Amino acid sequence: MNAWPLLGVALVVLGFARRWNPVPVVVAAGVLSGLLAGYSFAQILALLGDSFVSNRALLLYVLTLPAIGLLERAGLREHAQRWIGRLHGLTLSRLLIGYLGLRQIMSMLGLTNVAGQAQTVRPLLAPMAEAAALRETADADAAIAAQTREQVRALAAATDNIGLFFGEDVFIALGAVLLIHGFYVGQGIDLQPLHIALWALPTAIAAFVIHAVRVHFVTRTALRDARTAQAGDDHAAS
Amino acid sequence: MLHLEWAYAALALLLLGTAWLNLRQRHWAQAAFWAVIAILFACGNWVLRAQQAGDAKPAQIAGIGVLALALLAPAMRRVDAAEAPPRLRQLRAGVLKHWLFMPALLIPGVTLLIALFGADLRWHGATLFVASQQTLMGLGVASLIALLAAWRLTRAPASAVLHESRRLIDTLGWAALLPLVLAALGSVFEAAGVGRVLATLVGDVIPTANFAACVLAYGLGMVVFTLIMGNAFAAFPVLTAGVGLPLLVRLHGADPAVVGSLGMLCGYCGTLLTPMAANFNIVPVALLELKSPWSVIRAQWPTALPLLLFNLFALYLLAMR
Repeated sequence: MNAWPLLGVALVVLGFARRWNPVPVVVAAGVLSGLLAGYSFAQILALLGDSFVSNRALLLYVLTLPAIGLLERAGLREHAQRWIGRLHGLTLSRLLIGYLGLRQIMSMLGLTNVAGQAQTVRPLLAPMAEAAALRETADADAAIAAQTREQVRALAAATDNIGLFFGEDVFIALGAVLLIHGFYVGQGIDLQPLHIALWALPTAIAAFVIHAVRVHFVTRTALRDARTAQAGDDHAAS
Repeated sequence: MLHLEWAYAALALLLLGTAWLNLRQRHWAQAAFWAVIAILFACGNWVLRAQQAGDAKPAQIAGIGVLALALLAPAMRRVDAAEAPPRLRQLRAGVLKHWLFMPALLIPGVTLLIALFGADLRWHGATLFVASQQTLMGLGVASLIALLAAWRLTRAPASAVLHESRRLIDTLGWAALLPLVLAALGSVFEAAGVGRVLATLVGDVIPTANFAACVLAYGLGMVVFTLIMGNAFAAFPVLTAGVGLPLLVRLHGADPAVVGSLGMLCGYCGTLLTPMAANFNIVPVALLELKSPWSVIRAQWPTALPLLLFNLFALYLLAMR
């Protein structure tokens, strides 16, 4: 067996570790692995080109950007923040946990492209989460606010991913379950797709519980840290 | 019939517009980068059809395009396209208020409607949507409807549509391309047999008579493979054929449905941990303008690891009921 193509994997790991620009690293790793596996350069070019155009759907979310850009120009983020700022019952953790549950249920129904990083997180969830965090930390100074903002935005993005992943695989007519089913059929084992989907349910529930508990504690700590850092600064200044 | 090819053509047009604005401001690398992607998107169907007909030339030319993109990506400097000043945005927000949410919510709303009922829509007796594509096509149609609604609502000049799109697309920069080149890398790895080699190595090392060791090898193997490939779907067939099926199902008699389902879910925990899953972990860094490329992964790993532990225990307990 030819183990040389593994050098491509090593190149990717090295590239990410050294923080080189990932695009050329990934393409170079593909060319390297292909050459070491004995393909000609022309064959590798065809493989790269073919798989690039076959996966164009991965960039389809860019189509939502014109509408989002226009709305941002008209103050969408500012309005979302002002609105959430007035809703006193809606804390940061309640907002994120509510979104997590909604995203999981939608994904379980096969509605994976309905929400997403471009569709809902950038225009709606992230500004709302920031506003909720800002209200709870009141008037923290600029440096602390920037740090909290980064953390809150990342948590919003993470919540969307987790809701998507651990809902999607409970749906029978899409993605993971069909792939598993198709694989087993190819191996001569015929399973009910519903049977496969049901075994994903315990993990879906566990994912909700674990992430919800984490969101609760992470937001509490982050907001408390922002407040105490502020208080410490005030104390030092006076 | 509305074919996905139309959505790709619209996307190509949008990217060409972005390239044009960059060209006028002499951001050469950006202009060339977006133009090449636009061309690849516009010609994609032709490439695929020629490939199926046995002509590899167009695919090879597309491959040269991918190499060109790889060379252009590091040359792209950060472009700061002017945004409307905050005071002006505050002022406008005060006028339109909750109406601003309407077009933003049209994107998920219309996508949802088309995903649910798109298959039943007919126009002059022909179905409007291809059944397998209706959710993605729904996203395309929803984007268009939301754009028209936002345009009418904000009464923005036509030039603002292109300017604002360009602002967001340049915010993404080369991160937008990463999911596509990683998918291409996955198919090269597959053709080069990278997965089979690794699966064989795993099978040689572990004590196969021990069920717990096999569960660990399969579950953690899914995680490691997903870390490398960036995609649990790419890892699943390799690892299940190499470890899950021969050791867990055939040797120990585990339930294949449980093995498949929980194996995949172990892979998903890996997806939360790797920059190779660019569309989930790196694209949001660009979209949300975060400082560290690891921000999203840092927010995810404390959920991913306990969940992985849960999956391994569930696999161990449920597969041998």
